[in-house]
Amino acid sequence: MIRLLLACGLFLLACAGARAERLILSVSEPHVLIHSNFTGADLVLFGVVEDVPQAGAPPRYDFAVTVRGPQETFVTWRKSRVLGLYVNTDSRTFVDCPAVLAVATNRPAEEIAPPQVLRREQIGLKRNIFLQRVGPDFADVVPDDPFRLAFLRIKTDEGLYGEAPNGVNLLSPTAFRTRFRIPARAPVGTYEVSVKLFADGQLLQTAATSVVVEKGGFEQQLARFAEDHALFYGLAVAIGSLMVGLVANLLFKRD
Amino acid sequence: MAGNGRLGARHRRPDATALTIYLPIAELPVAIFAIFAMGLAVGFISGMFGVGGGFLMTPLLIFTGVPAAVAVASVSAHMAASSFSGALSYLRKGLIDLPLSGVLLSGGLVGTGAGVATFTLLRAYGQVDLVIGLSYMTLLGSVGALMLVESVRAILRSRRGQGVSIRRPGTHGWLLRLPLKMRFRRSRIYVSAIPVVVIGFGIGFLGALLGVGGGFLLVPALIYLLRVPTQTAVGTSLVLTLVTMTAATILQAVANGTVDAVLALILMVGGTMGAQFGARAGQSLKAEHLRLLLGLLVLAVGLRMGVDLARPPEDPFAVTAKGRGN
Repeated sequence: MIRLLLACGLFLLACAGARAERLILSVSEPHVLIHSNFTGADLVLFGVVEDVPQAGAPPRYDFAVTVRGPQETFVTWRKSRVLGLYVNTDSRTFVDCPAVLAVATNRPAEEIAPPQVLRREQIGLKRNIFLQRVGPDFADVVPDDPFRLAFLRIKTDEGLYGEAPNGVNLLSPTAFRTRFRIPARAPVGTYEVSVKLFADGQLLQTAATSVVVEKGGFEQQLARFAEDHALFYGLAVAIGSLMVGLVANLLFKRD
Repeated sequence: MAGNGRLGARHRRPDATALTIYLPIAELPVAIFAIFAMGLAVGFISGMFGVGGGFLMTPLLIFTGVPAAVAVASVSAHMAASSFSGALSYLRKGLIDLPLSGVLLSGGLVGTGAGVATFTLLRAYGQVDLVIGLSYMTLLGSVGALMLVESVRAILRSRRGQGVSIRRPGTHGWLLRLPLKMRFRRSRIYVSAIPVVVIGFGIGFLGALLGVGGGFLLVPALIYLLRVPTQTAVGTSLVLTLVTMTAATILQAVANGTVDAVLALILMVGGTMGAQFGARAGQSLKAEHLRLLLGLLVLAVGLRMGVDLARPPEDPFAVTAKGRGN
């Protein structure tokens, strides 16, 4: 019985899939290796809409590309004057936020879909959900909360967050290309690339791919060693330092 | 100059033309020659004045965008290297009082542990910058002012043709007359072990907390409080710096995971080279002139820190990473 239901479900899904548009994505470099000369990586994402309905005039497609880096928890501090000194007095904790957030659309998001759709689909920096720890609860706050605004502004200034309202180039009505950047200061981990296809203000399809950013060779071995064997790493650095000191002393010995 | 003018490279970097190297622990690229030049310059100053120079290096690194935690921890490794190099030279000349450094160390190692623990605690409360800033301001301000006054007096005295006598027995008697008296032959002093251990603890604590070797505090403390001869004070303080900074490197690696070996290596190569030139330059200057210059330098860094704390910040907000989630 269950098997039959499952089979029916799969059949229905397949039918639905066949009728709707499909998004095919390809990213230029799915695996980014960080070496000692790493200054960031520029990636290109291609996408094509398949199974465009043949009946009637083809709809005008819109694309919203969002790249989200590995999640980290951040604290936004506010300084204020205490006894003549500027001191961190107030803070908000932003839980599991993407370390990198890049949003690109083929035209300004406001023209693509109504606000409620954009908000639901989290299109754009200011519509992305940033969870804050509020006492025992987790919630996002109003978009013009000073801590939230400061968080977005600082991350944008650091080049980690960014928005390109015309960053998606349409190669044809059904194919697009966009560039995005893994910044030099970006953490290693998996970068989720999500593409949302809109037509007439409605979400039609979502597709996702990912980019893995890793430290390559020496960098990775060193970082892993430092993390897994902190004591031995500390000892090795200490002994290495003493060796450098010894060599310097012998090299420059004058008398 | 390669790699310039790349299409769409709109990110901010301090200097896009400089050759950069990626720091595997700090997880950011830095301009390798800028860091090397900083090591060279600070090494020159440290060789000239016989101090570690950590009090200059750490703020400079933070200024170039290295996180404070990584700067403090990596400078520890750099200090271990440069103090070892210096200590070997003093050891050959017989200017190290090993029993004295042993007693100082007994307090110093406890202090280092306490400093690393405090650092970890402060990081959790987001007050590292404040405490580092305040401590630098108070310490450097007062030590700098004291050195300035003392060296100006010494210069005036020598102008008037009077002999310079730093060793004036009798003052601070109560401190040195505490129980547990010990004789340190090489330093030619007979003092209680209690103030020695306390001084060691203080230096170890501040060293780990601020990423400074503490030489600029310990040398005056040994000279003025314990009446140790200047050269022996410098040699003995190098041993203390060497051991506390080696311990701090290991402890920071274990407790905070913030020691960046690549950063430390660039710093120590530049630093040990600069120190050689600095030491040569320092020998052509009179001792009291050297102390005057060092006093001015220390005071200036302290004032700079104070101004930063008291001036309204350009941006009242700051974002720090707390950790990976998933």
